[in-house]
Amino acid sequence: MAHADPTGWKRWVFSTNHKDIGVMYLWFAFFAGMIGFGMSGLMRMELAEPGVQFLPEFLGITENEARHMFNVLTTGHGLIMVFFMVMPALIGGFGNYFVPLMIGAPDMAFPRMNNVSFWMMPPAFILLLLSTVVEGAPGANGFGGGWTAYAPLSTSGHPGPSMDLAIFSLHVAGASSIMGAINYITTIFNMRAPGMTIHKMPLFAWSILITAFLLVLSLPVLAGAITMLLTDRNFGTTFFDPAGGGDPILYQHLFWFFGHPEVYIMILPAFGIVSHIISTFSRKPIFGYLGMAYAMAAIGFVGFIVWAHHMYTVGLDVDTKAYFVAATMVIAVPTGVKIFSWIATMWGGSLTFPVPMLYAIAFILLFTTGGVTGVVLSNAGADVPLHDTYYVVAHFHYVLSLGAVFGIFAGLYYWVGKMSGRAYPDLLAKLQFWVTFVGVNLIFFPQHFLGLQGMPRRYVDYPDAYAYWNYWSTLGYQITAVGVLLFIIVMAYTLFFSKKKVGDNQWGEGANTLEWTLSSPPPFHQFNELPKIK
Amino acid sequence: MSVKRLTAGIMAALTAVFGYSVSALAEGRLGVPKDKGLWLQEAANEQASRIADFNLDLMWIITVITVFVFILMFYVMIRFRAKANPEPSKVSHNTLIEVIWTAVPIIILVVIGITSLPLLYYQDVVPETKFALRVTGNQWNWTYNYPDHGGIEYTASVVPDSAFSNANERADYENDLSEFLGWDAKLNARLLDTDLRVVVPIKTKIKVQLTASDVIHAWALPSLGVKLDAVPGRLNETWFEVNEVGTYYGQCSELCGKDHAYMPIAVEAVSQEDFDKWVARAQANYADAATTALGR
Repeated sequence: MAHADPTGWKRWVFSTNHKDIGVMYLWFAFFAGMIGFGMSGLMRMELAEPGVQFLPEFLGITENEARHMFNVLTTGHGLIMVFFMVMPALIGGFGNYFVPLMIGAPDMAFPRMNNVSFWMMPPAFILLLLSTVVEGAPGANGFGGGWTAYAPLSTSGHPGPSMDLAIFSLHVAGASSIMGAINYITTIFNMRAPGMTIHKMPLFAWSILITAFLLVLSLPVLAGAITMLLTDRNFGTTFFDPAGGGDPILYQHLFWFFGHPEVYIMILPAFGIVSHIISTFSRKPIFGYLGMAYAMAAIGFVGFIVWAHHMYTVGLDVDTKAYFVAATMVIAVPTGVKIFSWIATMWGGSLTFPVPMLYAIAFILLFTTGGVTGVVLSNAGADVPLHDTYYVVAHFHYVLSLGAVFGIFAGLYYWVGKMSGRAYPDLLAKLQFWVTFVGVNLIFFPQHFLGLQGMPRRYVDYPDAYAYWNYWSTLGYQITAVGVLLFIIVMAYTLFFSKKKVGDNQWGEGANTLEWTLSSPPPFHQFNELPKIK
Repeated sequence: MSVKRLTAGIMAALTAVFGYSVSALAEGRLGVPKDKGLWLQEAANEQASRIADFNLDLMWIITVITVFVFILMFYVMIRFRAKANPEPSKVSHNTLIEVIWTAVPIIILVVIGITSLPLLYYQDVVPETKFALRVTGNQWNWTYNYPDHGGIEYTASVVPDSAFSNANERADYENDLSEFLGWDAKLNARLLDTDLRVVVPIKTKIKVQLTASDVIHAWALPSLGVKLDAVPGRLNETWFEVNEVGTYYGQCSELCGKDHAYMPIAVEAVSQEDFDKWVARAQANYADAATTALGR
């Protein structure tokens, strides 16, 4: 059985093959991403003009219900995009598919656990979707307390079972991610091909290794925090209830101790992908390889000691805030090293600009734009008028939506030929890039202005003065929706209709990691004889 | 010249140059967001102007950095495109440049930190004052209490949208508000106006003590440089001072449930004289027995 080629539904449901599991993760991320994107569409349409009119009309509910529904949408959008789109795509998808290929391993260390990791995701997602159709806040369906689920809004504020389902969803998704992380760490430490020392390992494998450590160290804290929520809600404990000696702020500390590493969990694999793409299409080895690897390690480490910069307005002691200001700004240094090293990799190179390269370059530019607003927000003093406004929304969408998601797009275009054996339609893909690029910038750039003018986030309706930039932002969403539609067309064409086959190495001499030495798509089992790395 | 003075000098110069171009953008009524606004709401006190100045410095720094990265990137894309540079170099190390691009950001961050921390301590350390205002966040309105003025206590809720489309309803709200204040008042903006306002004297440091009765809320006044969470079971302290007579608006800034967008904050800043008159009036109508009994 070990070397059989299973077929039919058994191939997928019982799969222990890292490539099949990776592909399933990518499909899962795609479907979840469509739902998450749809939710943001409902929100943007509602915010297109002042007043509450779109949601009541579109969903056939009262204005009063729409106010809660909007919060359910922001919550669902956040949770889905973080846990069910970006993480499955980057870590479960590309990580599973390409880490063993890149390090010259036949499969993951624990193939059966890999199967469990994947198959826990659909139930987790179903739990989350179910949570939107059972009672949350009194008399209203769904949990509307934000993806952060701050107590007491997530305890006494939402007495219905909706929040419990959301907690279970995160428990299951978290367990899945922890198992995945254990698998990556073991695989990368023990199964590298002979001669591939840790300092010769491709940067994407590095990024997944560091991400896996962040997952293993941070997710249990989230699991603990939401378990405490669960017992506060159902079993009479008062961890977060001042009436019983608890403290709502304790929840925020626990949540952000997980939550801040989580944002690096989402961006580090994108860093890895972008490094390969930049190097490939510059036909140059990555500049300052060791600096790049240890910059990621530094970002991962410092990411654990900056969490309270999400909490500048909760009433922290001023000295505590001063510490978190200083620690947070430190992150800009390794991040700067990465940005400049990418540019230095391109310097002196022989650059070509196929779609993955366009996405990688856009990633660097937009991640820089989102990164520098992070430096502004890191200053507790400057943060006062910006905290919990659209400036923050603009900041984290620039680094995640235009950062991590562009990393996913870049990776897909870079590797879809390797995974499917077929070439994507170049012209249409270029169009897809440009439409998406214009669209997302039009969504999020005006949100800086809204935030600076003071528009709070998570608002279903806003004073009329904010109408102008909200209108542009919604227009940007509509353009992005065209980009997403084009993306579906491009990918469907590639996978199901494209006649153009690609060879073993689609990108030429710049692409020199091990996956390019295999056929496209790679054989069901690869590296039966381990490659030797010189 | 010490590093600190040099930094302050550079910052002042940057602020002057950029401030000139941005002040044009910031013009507008005090205390309300501006239509199509691009920058912070106009500062109405020392705190807010210090925050705005610092934000302006940061804006300069990040703009220069971003433009630098963009220019570098575009230069590389043109100069080293395959047509112009068919043979790639094999250089993958340069210790000097790596040290530079590590050290220069550190210097920039230190410069930012030197300005950032004094501002933080200035905002955060509540000065000595005899005027306290207790604010309690509720789903979904704010309760205000004046412990130093005989325990005046009342709750301010949003003026519903309908009042802005129905002239009679609007007039009713304006009458009630004028009655409460003791002078004529007009409603200004949908989702910003409340039925009753927080009345404070100008040029007085006001200590704000915040808590909440149900879930977490945040009391925010962008033009006055104030934003602090109201947390159940905690008493958070901050302070502000208003320079000019006027109405200053803010909105709840921590997700608190269904009507999170419908619990704004309206502060009516008046002269000490008018404030005293208002206190006399309000004590008659809104004195809270419980607070008065506590002596504060």
